[in-house]
Amino acid sequence: MALKQPENSLLGSESDPHRTLYPYVTGTSVVALKYKDGILMAADMGGSYGSTLRYKSVERMKPIGKHSLLGASGEISDFQEILRYLDELILYDNMWDDGNSLGPKEVHNYLTRVMYNRRNKFNPLWNSLVLGGVKNGNKYLGTVSMIGVNFEDNHVATGFGNHLARPILRQEWHENLSFEDGVKLLEKCMHVFLYRDRSAVNKLQIAKITEEGVTIHQPYSLKTYWEFSAFKNPAQGAIGSW
Amino acid sequence: MSKSVIETPPKGGFSFDLCKRNEMLSKKGVNPPSFRKTGTTIVGLIFQDGVILGADTRATEGPIVCDKNCEKIHYMAPNIYCCGAGTAADTEAVTDMVSSQLQLHRYHTGRESRVVTALTLLKRHLFNYQGYVSAALVLGGVDVTGPHLHTIYPHGSTDTLPFATMGSGSLAAMAVFESKYREGLTRNEGIELVTEAICSGIFNDLGSGSNVDICVITKGGKEYLRNHLQPNPRTYTSSKGYSFPKKTEVLLTKIIPLKEKVEIIEGGDAMEE
Repeated sequence: MALKQPENSLLGSESDPHRTLYPYVTGTSVVALKYKDGILMAADMGGSYGSTLRYKSVERMKPIGKHSLLGASGEISDFQEILRYLDELILYDNMWDDGNSLGPKEVHNYLTRVMYNRRNKFNPLWNSLVLGGVKNGNKYLGTVSMIGVNFEDNHVATGFGNHLARPILRQEWHENLSFEDGVKLLEKCMHVFLYRDRSAVNKLQIAKITEEGVTIHQPYSLKTYWEFSAFKNPAQGAIGSW
Repeated sequence: MSKSVIETPPKGGFSFDLCKRNEMLSKKGVNPPSFRKTGTTIVGLIFQDGVILGADTRATEGPIVCDKNCEKIHYMAPNIYCCGAGTAADTEAVTDMVSSQLQLHRYHTGRESRVVTALTLLKRHLFNYQGYVSAALVLGGVDVTGPHLHTIYPHGSTDTLPFATMGSGSLAAMAVFESKYREGLTRNEGIELVTEAICSGIFNDLGSGSNVDICVITKGGKEYLRNHLQPNPRTYTSSKGYSFPKKTEVLLTKIIPLKEKVEIIEGGDAMEE
């Protein structure tokens, strides 16, 4: 793709090939919520290359250290880079061998710093991240965007999830959801993504993190319903319309 | 449809003469001011006996709420109503115009208007103006062929759907519909679902707010529930509202009724039916 820069570009006449200008392979929304025992997170397994569905088995949620789970939407290569940074971070932490380990709050703070600093250099990591975890009984769920906006909440979503999942979560989330109820609520959100987000695929994973550890379940598909009578013969009233 | 003689510019319709110049300016970084979107949540759904339309009541001018309680559900025919999102002037004008055309058509044919008639009139008009008439509509009604629900986009394309949402709050409302809609809803279930969808738009979208308007259309007739739900009431710091400090004593109360000047002309020109 040729670099297209407007003539009056604020960035001057630099055509720096090392800057991130647009994402290439992207993942769509991630949605997560706090439940009774910890955090539940859901994401589909699609990696789109522009408007093509190029990769259908991308794991967009990964465990970090002992206490955290990271989910990402946006550029997949930047997500892999972030995983390498975090690997290094966890490694150094382990090398201290002091009986203490980085919790989700610390990892979230580290990620915020990384994202914000990159954006200040006009070379962002093109991701929206969701960081969840449990340490010493305290549940933590936070999010960081590609420009460094970060906050902590009981339920978060990235990308399209902000528009489609947030309203549902705001209405139906409550404290101390059971595991089954939490999964049902996440599946409700994933259903809406599947119907209404063009880059969604019907192959999703649910990940759970509790005090005991991380479990990323096997991928599965959702059942969709297409039997509305209005879909059967939409032009029956007006021939030539649709 | 007969067209009255309107004064049109020599080429007819919009003049696209400045497009090349605007494009050249855009390339240099000088962009034209964008149109003000009015921000809305409008929905419609088909239930057992007919159609239910719903809308919020906030009209915005950029970041300011200019009308806290406007009406977005427009009358088209006794059995057809239309919700409008986009530029308020465009939705009002286009629904008014098609409503009049439908009335004339009813006189001409002697029959109840059909929803597809309204649909075709609207889509032809909007397509003619190539999307410049910024009206996104949810049209619903019940006619001899049954209940119908359509969405019409500013460029003139239409969809026939069992449930539909439009406007800036459409994603929030659609999330509710996609998770809770099913066929064969009863009237009360339908109203509850529509209210929930509009509330989802009101509370999760900044362009929508204030109250919920509902319109239920069935074969028997229509029910326009203006301000069916008011989830954002005006609150006062004091429960008694504003009261003058005690020091202002009422010394004298004098009420002077103004004389009514209404002249009724008997036997004037009756309008020919």
